[in-house]
Amino acid sequence: MASLTNRVKVLEQQPLSFMERLYLPAIFKGMAITFSHIFKKKATIRYPEEKRPFSPVFRGLQVLNRDEEGRENCTACGLCAVACPAEAITMEGAERQKNEEHLYREEKYAAKYEINMLRCIFCGLCEEACPKDAIYLSETFAPSNFTRKSFIYSKDELLIPHPINDKEGYDAARVSRVEKLKK
Amino acid sequence: MEMLQVDMMLILEKLLLIGGIITFSLVIAMYTTYAERKVAAVMQDRVGPNRAGPFGLLQPLADGLKLFFKEEIIPLTSNKLLFVMGPALSMVTAMLTSAVIPWGSSIHIFGREVSLQIADVNIGILYVFGVVSLGVYGIMIGGWSSNNKFSLIAAVRGASQIISYELAMGLSLIALLMMTGSLSMKTIVEQQMSGGWGGFLGWNVLYQPLGFLIFLICVFAECNRTPFDLPEAENELNFGYHQEYSSMKLGFYLFAEYVNMFISSAVVSTLFFGGYDIPFVNEATLALSWGDNIVAMLGFVSLFSKIAFFLFLFMWVRWTIPRFRYDQLMDLGWKKLIPLALANMIITAIVILWFNK
Repeated sequence: MASLTNRVKVLEQQPLSFMERLYLPAIFKGMAITFSHIFKKKATIRYPEEKRPFSPVFRGLQVLNRDEEGRENCTACGLCAVACPAEAITMEGAERQKNEEHLYREEKYAAKYEINMLRCIFCGLCEEACPKDAIYLSETFAPSNFTRKSFIYSKDELLIPHPINDKEGYDAARVSRVEKLKK
Repeated sequence: MEMLQVDMMLILEKLLLIGGIITFSLVIAMYTTYAERKVAAVMQDRVGPNRAGPFGLLQPLADGLKLFFKEEIIPLTSNKLLFVMGPALSMVTAMLTSAVIPWGSSIHIFGREVSLQIADVNIGILYVFGVVSLGVYGIMIGGWSSNNKFSLIAAVRGASQIISYELAMGLSLIALLMMTGSLSMKTIVEQQMSGGWGGFLGWNVLYQPLGFLIFLICVFAECNRTPFDLPEAENELNFGYHQEYSSMKLGFYLFAEYVNMFISSAVVSTLFFGGYDIPFVNEATLALSWGDNIVAMLGFVSLFSKIAFFLFLFMWVRWTIPRFRYDQLMDLGWKKLIPLALANMIITAIVILWFNK
């Protein structure tokens, strides 16, 4: 039969030679291989103590952003909720009062902002949709929990730490995808 | 009255020794499971258990505790008496062999000379054979009484495997016995110790390399270790003879395997590697300067390092070689090892006759 490709290798099956039938040389060879593996580098990453670095485009939990003075960026326009393919985002808007200028950047703000992390597929479309740079995806992922309810993240959990009151927390949260992508 | 006094002391001494050796082999068996997992891990480029305690050293304790807390299930259709007897038998027979192994020369405590061997019977090797072949009953009874096809097949496999390999094992030892002229383990060790280079040249493995190889292969088969682990071939028979077992009864089976490994390693080291002989060191002259007790302890350490090597060999082979097919197993046992052992026996006999003439 003509072969279909020229890559065909014809193997001739021969009866085992005496050395092969002894098995022992092959066994010693195999044992040398397994022994050499004792000194090889281990592939394991001991998780809680060691962590793997994420890729620069890793998409983790959402963070609600503030500006330099600590005012929330979000205006509750709802574009992120519309963009969300998993319908994980709900929000309620409210109007900013006279004495609240230091809290919210614009006249309208999100009184309630919830993301259901069980529905979220971490696609990052909310980040792309946002015109105010108010939401971005961080490098952390949702920790495990016992109740479904605890996976619905409220505004308190999503907001980035205050840049003036909690400088360290803010800086830690800023070292993230947004910063890396800017580079 | 005087006689009674001495006997009481002897009984006390032996009881202490028995207790010590049983505890020792159980602890060793426990940590062999840990070592097995570690060896498996490093040979597969993994880390192995490292969560329980420093370096995972408490892992065997955690495993044992887990087994104790598991529900104990005795299948309705099983033969209850035999079902309970199976693991007990395996464990007992695994431990029994340790009685005739000389764990060291004698030590002197309170003016008494205490031999580090429970019983120096003059038919030590015969005793080992007798007890080891009883071990198959544990597997056979366990598999049979489970009333389950897989277990039964596994039990039958185990029984036929052990019977086939026992023949070659016995034959390979006969050649050894023709050289030593004694069945007592202690005498065999002492003969090896009297060789040149501090005993090293007396080691039987140098005179009986083929016999040693055959014996080692048979030991692997007797312990149901890879490549001869057909009775518990997971992917063919689910779990083999201990499929229906749960809780500590399963634990006993698993544990008995490791105790068996330990004792078999001890037997191999004793028969072929000089037992408690320290190579390149003349124990008698060392004892004059350091005292008997220290030398006896060193001898025990020497024996133990030999045992540790063989335990490692067991694991090393397990994580290297795939399992034999059943017909290949029988082929190797009956058509290769037995004729080889017979040839080895005849050659040894001719050589002995030649030199004695």
